[in-house]
Amino acid sequence: MSETLPTAAPDRAADLPAQSPPVDPAETAAAGEKVAHGGATGRRLSWWSGDNGEGARRNLGLIGVLLVLVVIGAITRSDLYSNPDWVWDNTLTILKLASVVGVVTVGMTFVIIGGGIDLSVGAIVALAGVWCTTVATQNFGAGGMIFTALTVGLAVGIVNGVLISYGRLVPFIATLAMLVAARGLAAEISDKQTQISDNQFINGIASNSLLGIPLLVYILAAVVAAGWVLLNRTTFGRRTVAVGGNPEAARLAGINVKRHTLMLYGLSGLCCGIAAVMLTAQANSAQAAMANLYELDAIAAAIIGGTLLSGGRGTIIGSLLGVIIFSTITNLFAINGLSTEAQNMVKGGIIVAAVLVQQVQFRSFTQFLGRNRLTT
Amino acid sequence: MTDAPLVEAPADAVAGEVVLRLTDVVKTFPGVRALDGVQLEVRAGEVHCLLGQNGAGKSTLIKVLAGVHRPDSGTVEWRGEPVTFANPQAAMRAGIATIYQELDLVDDLSVAENAFLGHEPRRAGFIRRGHMARRTRQILGRLGHAEIPPSRMVRSLPAAGKQVVSMARALSHEARLIIMDEPSAVLAHDEVGNLFRIIRELTAQGIAVIYISHRLEEIREIGDRVTVLKDGRTTAANLPARDTPTRDLVSRMTGRTIEYVFPDRPATDTTGDELLQVRSLTRAGEFSDVSLTVRAGEIVGIAGLVGSGRSELLETIYGARRAESGTVRMGGRALRPGSVGAAVGAGMGMAPEERKSQALLLGEPIYRNVTLATFGRYARFGFTDTGKERAEADRIADSLDLRPRDVRRPVRTLSGGNQQKVVVGRWLLGDTKLLLLDEPTRGVDVGARAELYQVVRALAARGVGVLLVSSEVPEVLGLADRVLVMREGRVVREAPADELDENTVLDLVMAGSLMEGAPA
Repeated sequence: MSETLPTAAPDRAADLPAQSPPVDPAETAAAGEKVAHGGATGRRLSWWSGDNGEGARRNLGLIGVLLVLVVIGAITRSDLYSNPDWVWDNTLTILKLASVVGVVTVGMTFVIIGGGIDLSVGAIVALAGVWCTTVATQNFGAGGMIFTALTVGLAVGIVNGVLISYGRLVPFIATLAMLVAARGLAAEISDKQTQISDNQFINGIASNSLLGIPLLVYILAAVVAAGWVLLNRTTFGRRTVAVGGNPEAARLAGINVKRHTLMLYGLSGLCCGIAAVMLTAQANSAQAAMANLYELDAIAAAIIGGTLLSGGRGTIIGSLLGVIIFSTITNLFAINGLSTEAQNMVKGGIIVAAVLVQQVQFRSFTQFLGRNRLTT
Repeated sequence: MTDAPLVEAPADAVAGEVVLRLTDVVKTFPGVRALDGVQLEVRAGEVHCLLGQNGAGKSTLIKVLAGVHRPDSGTVEWRGEPVTFANPQAAMRAGIATIYQELDLVDDLSVAENAFLGHEPRRAGFIRRGHMARRTRQILGRLGHAEIPPSRMVRSLPAAGKQVVSMARALSHEARLIIMDEPSAVLAHDEVGNLFRIIRELTAQGIAVIYISHRLEEIREIGDRVTVLKDGRTTAANLPARDTPTRDLVSRMTGRTIEYVFPDRPATDTTGDELLQVRSLTRAGEFSDVSLTVRAGEIVGIAGLVGSGRSELLETIYGARRAESGTVRMGGRALRPGSVGAAVGAGMGMAPEERKSQALLLGEPIYRNVTLATFGRYARFGFTDTGKERAEADRIADSLDLRPRDVRRPVRTLSGGNQQKVVVGRWLLGDTKLLLLDEPTRGVDVGARAELYQVVRALAARGVGVLLVSSEVPEVLGLADRVLVMREGRVVREAPADELDENTVLDLVMAGSLMEGAPA
């Protein structure tokens, strides 16, 4: 791995191969050390930003929005907020509310950063939920049910991926078709009936808590943590950003763009499988109409979280905050006894506002590019 | 039934009258003096040819005339009056139409809708479709293409047909001056004759044509007068197109003011074994039957114009395009066609032509762009080692003298030259044996160019083979050990670089065909 490098300085270039010594591994390690600790010139990067200062700033903005929502809640229902126990319980309620969509959104975030879109997530959750609650599957117990849900989700995601990568279908079309087809299959399997889950372990996932925190919240935390590591610390995550940010550059750098795209949809499907188990546990049942419009919630949360719809940029933390903001709004309206209709209107407004903010930033970015192009 | 007047030649057009006169036109962009004193005089009814190398300022000049750019100083006189066009629409209204190389047609609209795009005949807000179709038919007839139905979708037309539609659009504006930017570049050989017939029809009606082409033979056939640009200046104006010797034209285009500094070639032949062997590689319409070899430590240059198939050839060797026939071998082993992964695995690396769209993740940090092809090698169990990556990128940045030096900055904040260093630097990591460079110095300033040349030469000295494509002939001649000249998808000459000079190569790539000894 260690080899000599050519140098640009003309006076050194002529006798270069003799002069520049092979890089000493120890030296390299030392240099890495120095850089990893921020060096003298650069600013220190926050641990949660994923080396992306812009994303970190955006996430701070989202936390600000969240705080504003909490303050609004505290003002409108100061009676409730004066009770610390209630505040804690309510926070857990919000997180529980966010958990299922949150898991789906993690997968969706990967797909969108990778330059795609997955409209079929809600339908995959329904199909996986229905499949794992058939009488035949329930006979295998909780392990069989979980395995079935994850396998079905992964498999459907892979079908999406194959259609998009190798069938060259536009992601919008392929996953729209899957949305329709998967719900159809779910209705076929369940015979349009609600399938009750008799498995106490599965049902317990939603009702049980550990150290006072619902298991669902642990699952969300685990998926978010895994997603964050995957995106920011692995080659898979790096490829995702490359493939979404500039597929041609990724391809010409030797990255297998098609295979990676396929894996992204598989990952999204897998997240849907996990969400199916969680949702089935919550309802103690599954049916073909479950997880309705989850695709819109997940896309909206990712977009609000700063994921660029055209790909190449986004953070898991941002998406998580997007989901939590949404469930906080729902909660805010609920504790004030307001209608879901008003709630939806506010949510719509927030999506538009988030995209407008993104556009302003994007425009200044393209203007910057335009200026650069003129100089060349 | 009131019929609109036929589209006809402007009644007051007097053949031979000067319609356009540019005096000392200057246009600067940050860091670049794109036009630095241009003189141009165009008469009604003539075909005025603009000649110049890439970067001579032809494109900027066209954009000034088309109202895209406004000149910083100097005057543009249009039909006797000084004018400044605020925007392209204003130039159109004044009667100047521009047909760009990339035809700006809407593929999913009909021929008539394209011809009248933006100025559709209307009555009470409704498009007069019948009227529009009739006028389109008349214009097409005038262009000698009455066989194209106005209702036909433009998508279904071949390139030549689309060009006719572009001209129909120009005539629908009653243009008095039509600027054609390399119109023959998109045409097959036999279609060029038809283009010339149309141009003659237009000029016979008193319309002036500014014709831009790299092909001297075309300029001789269709042109009346020639103006030569070099480095943003007019170096010769109003030369007779037919009689001016090729040697004179070429010398006006070259003899550059900027001196490039090329590293010395090694005194002794240090090249090693054959690294890359390409045999009879063919892609229809792009290049055919190309064979070449690159040895370890050798720099092979390919000279050719845009459209000569050179970039396509490079991408096919790299596996980014799939060859229709022929083989690519690295170190004797045939590569799987159409697989970049196979090429990279065999030790190839490429710096593609379009840095921004093909090579860089502009919003990502420098170090991630440097390690884009190699980050997997530093990873353990799939976990990236960013510390190691930054250290490696730092090493590259040091050796390439990257400025600014902080590898965590987004790559978009770098200048063109430094961005190119990042792309080349990417392949200095890992075990690249063969580097493919497509226009490595496009948009790179003179200082950074010299540095890049040093890097390439130093790589070769280390035993890396280099295959270099450039439309700048001096660059190919100065940097390469061996040169291949490409024209219209074929290699027309191969020789050691020191046996060729700039005029010879320019003549070959432009098919001036005055040189002897060049295989056709």
